[in-house]
Amino acid sequence: MNPADLWSIVPELWLTGLAIFLLLVDLFTARKTVVGVVAVIGLLLSIIPTGVLLGQDPRTILAGTYAVDGFAVFFKILTVIATALVTLAAMDWLPGRTQYEGEFYALLVFTAVALILMAASTDIILLALSVEFVSLTSYVLAGYLKGNVKSNEAGVKYFLFGATASAVMLFGFSILYGLTGTTNLYEIARRVSDAPLQALSLSVALMLTGFGFKISMVPFHQWTPDVYEGAPTPVAAYLSVASKAAGFAALVRLLMVVVDPRQLNWVPLLAILAAVSMTLGNLLALPQRNIKRMLAYSSISHAGFLLIGVVAFRGDFGTPGLLIYLLGYTFTQLGAFFVAALIGRQLGTDDIPDYAGLSRRAPVSALLMAVFMLSLTGLPPTSVFVGKFYVLAGAIDNGLLWLAIVGVVNSIISLYYYAGVIRAMYIMPAPSTVPLEEPAALQVALGIAGLGTLIIGLYPQPIIDLARSAVLLLRI
Amino acid sequence: MHVGLTHYLVVSTILFCIGLYGVLTRRNAVAILMGIELMLNASNINLVAFNRYLAPGAVGGQTFALVIITLAACEAAVGLALVMAAYRSLETIHVDEINVMKW
Repeated sequence: MNPADLWSIVPELWLTGLAIFLLLVDLFTARKTVVGVVAVIGLLLSIIPTGVLLGQDPRTILAGTYAVDGFAVFFKILTVIATALVTLAAMDWLPGRTQYEGEFYALLVFTAVALILMAASTDIILLALSVEFVSLTSYVLAGYLKGNVKSNEAGVKYFLFGATASAVMLFGFSILYGLTGTTNLYEIARRVSDAPLQALSLSVALMLTGFGFKISMVPFHQWTPDVYEGAPTPVAAYLSVASKAAGFAALVRLLMVVVDPRQLNWVPLLAILAAVSMTLGNLLALPQRNIKRMLAYSSISHAGFLLIGVVAFRGDFGTPGLLIYLLGYTFTQLGAFFVAALIGRQLGTDDIPDYAGLSRRAPVSALLMAVFMLSLTGLPPTSVFVGKFYVLAGAIDNGLLWLAIVGVVNSIISLYYYAGVIRAMYIMPAPSTVPLEEPAALQVALGIAGLGTLIIGLYPQPIIDLARSAVLLLRI
Repeated sequence: MHVGLTHYLVVSTILFCIGLYGVLTRRNAVAILMGIELMLNASNINLVAFNRYLAPGAVGGQTFALVIITLAACEAAVGLALVMAAYRSLETIHVDEINVMKW
């Protein structure tokens, strides 16, 4: 190992140190909010060493197992932003619900480390390790409220689905190793062209199971609504953006580097899965009354849209579109979940009809929620619109016009259930006019999410440039 | 009889299928966990056999197998803890009775 390599993993080392430090802080303080504040500050500070990496030449370090490229840096930034926002939201959501508040922040930061590792691994051993790392911490976070029946159930269900999916994925990895005799992705890419097609197809199918689970793609989506409903709301928010983003990062890296579509054409399969995910997610979201379940099904549908970005990898719309979409979706989805967390905290309900009259009781949150709902639909001038525009353009660019049409039709269908939330907030009569208290940290998190959604929507050029440069560096 | 790579692969595939069958048919959460362990061990057999027959000089496959053994232990620990927590409040570990949430 080259000692200079350590300078390239300063963000990872810093975050690992931060998580351990948080456990110590938690030990010595009775005011658990302090732990949360330290976590947020530490996370934001990690942006500095990450930014330093931004301009550097793409390369692999640590004996070729770890990538330092724009793609990895992009996902580092995304993960850190998501984790900081979720920590802020948790600071107002958690107190009184669990006595293990400090450990929660430490677990979140550990998960962030794991997600960052997952997006940058270029070795299947490290990839398997980081996927499992993400899974193990997420299982615990989902089942975090020990006395809560729903949270228990979410934890068990997430664990059983997740462990099975990763066992299948590991079997796929073992076959991939057998086909090439090496664990390094770039080395595998060189040797895989001699591999028999059937075995390679089997291996890719098995690996898709694991990643499909992480990104909640149909047909590996069944866990999503139950886990999002049962898990603590900040955790559901985190799983729906960060874990999904890292899943996409690993999937894209694996497919782009290892599997040449000229050898094994995965494009039609993923295109069909994208169309099915969009449609099924949308149709199942239509009858939902619980906001978290609705957002869960909508996140399945968004996974379909994001898959279009994976499928449309040729040209300069698809993959940058995927990254733009992911970043925009992160702000929007987190914001929507934070409003759900706020209402869940103040009214003790997650049912959409109970949002009636919110425009008068909590005007700022209601307005932001309306923005998030419009953004999730994909209406301009919001962040998800930019992402959708790019992935759909990518689909057309790649000759997949039918997929783009399915996407547009699905966007229109989704307007129905997103507008249902806005209708409840603005049109339905309020059962009471008592203003809702809006806690400070949650407000800050909501404000940042709202700003992110609108800024990316109104002035997307810097993000587009960032995504473009990140994609150029992908294939070292 | 000469034991070759194919024999190991057949064993590992059978083991994987038994594990998957267990996961899909068992109703007891701990039994499902056992099925998952079988599936993980199938990958281990694969990796070690591939390492021995295809890349005898390298240690990549063996390292990977060791990593998976560790992962399996961690997964069992976390899984059993979650099942325990669920048992305390739901008083069952049968997955078809853990159904507070439905669509």
